[in-house]
Amino acid sequence: MLVPNNHTRPLTTAEWYEEQVENTIAQLLRGGVLLSACVVIIGAVLYLGSSPMAHVSYRTFNGEPEQLKTVHGIVRWAFSGHSRGIMQLGLLLLIATPIARVIFSIFAFAIEGDRMYVTFTLIVLAVLLYSLFGSFLVA
Amino acid sequence: MTIETREVTWECLAYSGVPARLYLWHTGTLNVLEFTFLLWIGSMFGGFLGSLTGLGGGVVLVPLLTIFFKVDLRYAIGASLVSVIATSSGSAAAYLKEGFSNIRIGMFLEIATTLGALLGAYLTAKIPPSAIAIVFGLMLIYSAYVSRRTRPRSEIEMPPDPLATKLKMNSTFPDTAGLRSYNVYRVPAGLGIMFGAGALSGLLGIGSGALKVVAMDQAMKIPFKVSTTTSNFMIGVTAAASAGVYLSRGYIDPALAMPVMLGVLIGSLMGTRVLVKTKTKSLRLVFSLVIVLLGIEMLLKGIGGKF
Repeated sequence: MLVPNNHTRPLTTAEWYEEQVENTIAQLLRGGVLLSACVVIIGAVLYLGSSPMAHVSYRTFNGEPEQLKTVHGIVRWAFSGHSRGIMQLGLLLLIATPIARVIFSIFAFAIEGDRMYVTFTLIVLAVLLYSLFGSFLVA
Repeated sequence: MTIETREVTWECLAYSGVPARLYLWHTGTLNVLEFTFLLWIGSMFGGFLGSLTGLGGGVVLVPLLTIFFKVDLRYAIGASLVSVIATSSGSAAAYLKEGFSNIRIGMFLEIATTLGALLGAYLTAKIPPSAIAIVFGLMLIYSAYVSRRTRPRSEIEMPPDPLATKLKMNSTFPDTAGLRSYNVYRVPAGLGIMFGAGALSGLLGIGSGALKVVAMDQAMKIPFKVSTTTSNFMIGVTAAASAGVYLSRGYIDPALAMPVMLGVLIGSLMGTRVLVKTKTKSLRLVFSLVIVLLGIEMLLKGIGGKF
């Protein structure tokens, strides 16, 4: 149901605050995607440059080596200069972007004094962190 | 990932683009550079069509990877899920600035979608790939149907829903005539559908934006513009919830996900730009038909146990 407003009114303080929050989230998401794309591209250049003429197949599923399956494994492999590790680190940064957004929202709701939404956001964060760090428990 | 010689199959020849087909005809194999390049172009095209039609890039990626590029279904959903996060975060920046999306509705419903996504990602290891392919096929056909349907909206005056009011979901969005206010209804029904949307997202490696929009637009009576932008906003968080599980199972191969993610990101950003300028009615129709065909293909292959 839509109730049209009869006139355009100036924004209230709460609305102005929410607009600021939304703008900051937008910047955060864009920055995260850009950063991760850059890291992935660096890894890709190294990867394609090292053995461009090799043959590759993904027909059968073999899983990934242990270093590419956990957060600390990926970070360690990337910083030791492995091209596949660097690409995976870029993808990890991409996965972290929505998580950073959720963490930011917790603070934004807290500053607004909205305890109910701080709780909701904390629940979402808990699920995300469980998936990233504790999912070997279910996998 | 295994390194081995890539054979040319008849399907591969029939489905790839003309240049790829000619090339394969001559050599019979693809090296890393060619494979990555073709995948990048294909993903870019998928992302472009996905954002132009509003169905999302993930919907066509898994069929593209499994049918055209002969990628194992688990690697395909891993790469697709990663690209879904990229599109969501990349375009959320554009949408949020327009002030259509409702952060409170999104955050509240994300409790349901992330829990659903965990369940879905957990199920991918328990369900045989052929069954996943069947679900995927049905989902493709359903999304094509949803995107074609015209939705009649009864705009009768109703008193605000007490639960939605308590959850501070009623809000406003900018319109030509200034700010328009709206009320939200049937929160539990919305939560239920969102849990299902999350589970499908985790199971199939897609954003399941179509189902999210159904939950908000149809069940919760949220204005269409607010529904679509809030849905896009939620897709990234939902996908991140299953991405962790995918990662720990080894579904995400960096060399495969790299061209897919970069291609979809560029393609979908181009699509968003074009969307503002052109009318896409006939393109939507063509794309819907393509999706139905891909859906039937996935369905038949799944029933035939070819995954």
